[in-house]
Amino acid sequence: MPDLLIELFSEEIPARMQAKARTDLKTLVTDGLVAAGLTYAGAHALSTPRRLVLAIDGLTAESRAVREERKGPATTAPEQAVQGFLRSTGLTLEQLEVRDAGKGQAYFAVIEKPGRKAAEIVAEVLEATVRNFPWPKSMRWGTGALRWVRPLQSILCLLSDESGAEVVPLDIDGIRSGNTTRGHRFLAPEAFSVSSFEDYAAKLKRAKVMLDPEERAGHIWHDATNAAFAAGLEVVEDRGLLTEVAGLVEWPVVLMGRIGEEFLGLPPEVLQTSMKEHQKFFSCRNPKTGRIEGFVTVANNDPADHGATILKGNQKVLSARLSDAKFFWENDLRTVRDVGFEGMAEGLAHVTFHNKLGSQKDRIGRIEALAREIAPLVGAKPDLAAEAARVAKADLQSAMVGEFPELQGTMGVYYAKAAGLPEAVADACKAHYQPLGPSDAVPIEPVSVAVALADKIDTLTGFWAIDEKPTGSKDPFALRRAALGVIRLVLGNELRFELFPLLLRGVFAAELSIQNVQLRSVEARLTASSRKIAEHLSRISSDHDEFDEALQVFASLEATGAKGNNEDADEDFWPSFSSEVSRKLSDLLAFFHDRLKVHLRDEGIRHDVIDACLAMPGNDDLTLLVKRAEALSEFLKTDDGENLIQGFKRANNILTQAEEKDGVEYSFGADPKFAEDETERTLFAALDKAEAAIAPAMEAENFAAAMSAMASLRAPIDAFFEAVQVNTDNQVVRRNRLNLLSRIRTICLSVADLTKLEG
Amino acid sequence: MTATAPRSFQEIILRLQTYWAGKGCAVLQPYDMEVGAGTFHPATTLRALGSRPWAAAYVQPSRRPTDGRYGENPNRLQHYYQYQVLIKPSPANLQELYLGSLAAIGIDMGLHDIRFVEDDWESPTLGAWGLGWEVWCDGMEVSQFTYFQQVGGHDCKPVSGELTYGLERLAMYVLGIDHVMDMPFNDPASPIPLKYGDIFRQTEQEYSRWNFDQADTEMLLQHFKDAEAECERILAAGETDGAGRRIVMAHPAYDQCIKASHLFNLLDARGVISVTERQAYIGRVRALAKKCADAFVTTEAGGASEGRAA
Repeated sequence: MPDLLIELFSEEIPARMQAKARTDLKTLVTDGLVAAGLTYAGAHALSTPRRLVLAIDGLTAESRAVREERKGPATTAPEQAVQGFLRSTGLTLEQLEVRDAGKGQAYFAVIEKPGRKAAEIVAEVLEATVRNFPWPKSMRWGTGALRWVRPLQSILCLLSDESGAEVVPLDIDGIRSGNTTRGHRFLAPEAFSVSSFEDYAAKLKRAKVMLDPEERAGHIWHDATNAAFAAGLEVVEDRGLLTEVAGLVEWPVVLMGRIGEEFLGLPPEVLQTSMKEHQKFFSCRNPKTGRIEGFVTVANNDPADHGATILKGNQKVLSARLSDAKFFWENDLRTVRDVGFEGMAEGLAHVTFHNKLGSQKDRIGRIEALAREIAPLVGAKPDLAAEAARVAKADLQSAMVGEFPELQGTMGVYYAKAAGLPEAVADACKAHYQPLGPSDAVPIEPVSVAVALADKIDTLTGFWAIDEKPTGSKDPFALRRAALGVIRLVLGNELRFELFPLLLRGVFAAELSIQNVQLRSVEARLTASSRKIAEHLSRISSDHDEFDEALQVFASLEATGAKGNNEDADEDFWPSFSSEVSRKLSDLLAFFHDRLKVHLRDEGIRHDVIDACLAMPGNDDLTLLVKRAEALSEFLKTDDGENLIQGFKRANNILTQAEEKDGVEYSFGADPKFAEDETERTLFAALDKAEAAIAPAMEAENFAAAMSAMASLRAPIDAFFEAVQVNTDNQVVRRNRLNLLSRIRTICLSVADLTKLEG
Repeated sequence: MTATAPRSFQEIILRLQTYWAGKGCAVLQPYDMEVGAGTFHPATTLRALGSRPWAAAYVQPSRRPTDGRYGENPNRLQHYYQYQVLIKPSPANLQELYLGSLAAIGIDMGLHDIRFVEDDWESPTLGAWGLGWEVWCDGMEVSQFTYFQQVGGHDCKPVSGELTYGLERLAMYVLGIDHVMDMPFNDPASPIPLKYGDIFRQTEQEYSRWNFDQADTEMLLQHFKDAEAECERILAAGETDGAGRRIVMAHPAYDQCIKASHLFNLLDARGVISVTERQAYIGRVRALAKKCADAFVTTEAGGASEGRAA
């Protein structure tokens, strides 16, 4: 059982690509070997910046011989068919056998595939792997056509067992395989030959190459924490950075330095971001003060001066970088002092948010108006929420965020505090971006919640207004994340409000911006109609009564699914405009519902359960919707629940069929006096009781109580169906029973639309 | 072998010239036009196209109007020098050749930490991209190292290897200088020692003022349009001259493309180009660069005859 060692030696592979490259190499090679009939005991892939390595042990020395028989055309078949069979088998007519095949004679091909040597297979598989390697980005070099992530310099490919090692011969566009490699670029650049994986790993270690990325990462972390500890500091953990740095060095040498006194006043986030982004330094914190006071850099060299020169150089670069950061910080603070934090946002009038939706300042205006509306719904003071909205994105104009975009929000908090703004306003600068992902925390402070909701609703309504919705995997404006953000903000804070009016406000505001952009940019023909729409919209948006009126119109349009036609519209543009808005709103609400389904599916609630609840009124109150869905989901898990649904469905089916057949709706109210059977009378009583319990429970939004009242119908319904035939010959009794079924339907449908449930 | 430490900015340049001359490069002179980077020199942009082998090295004065800081910033200048090497096809030992050049200017590989850190290069104005690294010396970026994959929308076959050294930054590091204006330009022991600031402080001030406040934007806009129109006119003029000779005017057209690019940079520094317009201007320059590349590959230097023979 030989072992296989492969090393693909190249110029520096980007650190971020190494992990996937290891997996790909392992998968492609082992899959190829197995497909060709070899088996192996184990495989592991390793990498350094300059090499991708795969070690496979216990590889079979050759593949097994395979004998394959294939039936061909009948001997009487046309010439073409026979030729085709010969081509597909690669045999000649003489090599075919003629055998009886039921209805006459047919040709048979017997193909013997002899076992093949492992070396032959490895060479084929490795060549195919190299030629088809899925690098995220690859390149050509020199005069060649071969693609690799950076120039591929040599290939080591070795099969070894107790008797020795042999090079697997391979030539890929002039790169010939061998048994040699090189050590560290500067510390041990000479080539050397190896005879097995163990020999390879040991010699590399002597040649100052740590082959295993995990080992390098472990070594870096160990030395970094030790060095920091000795200096009375602790390293700020950063897994991503550790992996990246381990991918940049073959022989990690950890060096620790101190940050200059003059920079210690910078916010820790600034120090960390600058050091990480520009120089891939780890930050070191003083546990006593909580300040970032030192750094760890990892060199790929082991110089005689123990890194003094390297550290000095790095320190100098760091000083230059931090001088820039300090300049930005002081400049920004000066701006805030001179013109206020809100004043810093002034320049956003010249920054385009989207060419159809206007500038960032336009956007902030919309968010402010929405935040003011939302504030009372979430327990925030409207003026405070509006102030927070005005400054929440002011830091986009700061020099610091210009340099480090990832510090948006974080800097806002500092600058808002420097401007003496209330704590709730300052916190909203950062928190209004949240939640940033499914695992990010949801803000709970009311002002932050108001601005966070306003920001996301503005984004969604804005892009819906200009028909820039996500399609398939494309979601360039992260609208799915925004909708999920709204959902999580509402559910996480158990907020109770109707979403629809806010969406309408958002769409109105967006449409107003769109018209204003047109007014600003197009002088000629469009102006008249744009101005008309703009005037109309701004009147509606600013006047509460007018807005409520519009809201009712749109709500009815939305509920009936009708396409526009507002009777009040005296201006000619209004009907088509309102139908457009109505269409966009229904569509956006449906998008919210889709995101909600995805979100609740992750929480274990079935999509048909959500559909059953979505069909009920008030489905734009997400908290209510989810409460109902959770109760229904729990209900369905009980024995009573599952059976009641079956009973309901049976009642509904019989009723629906009868109604279709008779052409009437059986909703006149059943009369107990026509009840013939005891079970029928029991059902009447049960329905009365359930009805009396369900109505107040629904009123109180106590869905669990309503559903448990509904569950009490299970036994009477089952017994009823057991004992009674609904469609009897006596038409009076039949009608009465159908009306009784109708009561079951009405009562059950008042809780959720159970017809939407599957199974 | 450790080289002795250089003593001045010009000594570093001279050592690089000598080194790359020794490695077989034609040592060219700077291109006589305003460019934003050494890549714009036709010895790089155009010569990276086509099949003919090429090896050139040169200093290129480069102008980035938005980087002007009136000579006050220790590291930023609106006019600075790049050292550029272009070899086609890229030799297998280009990394070693490059490291040799660092040794030649006095960087001891045994004491420093040299790193090749991923950096994909792209020039939207030239319609060009390549893969490579920024080279770090003790955490400082000292060069760009790129394998050109496409220029002017054409695949580079063969591939050129391009090295770009930011000379001031590299020299400051080697010489241990903190402010660029303090850097010795000639030997400090010369009878008349000159520092970088003696030569360039005043010009940085003058150009910063002109770039940011004074350049006539109406005129610059008109020049941009003129350069664009002239470039297109030259290329549309046909391949044959009055005497029946086939002469494709790829280089004169490319000069106009360079002009348009620099005028765009000046307009940008004057702050008269909005974010949306920016993309449109870059697209216009790229369109010119592509047309010039299309023209160049039909010429002798662009490898047209070899292409036909093959």
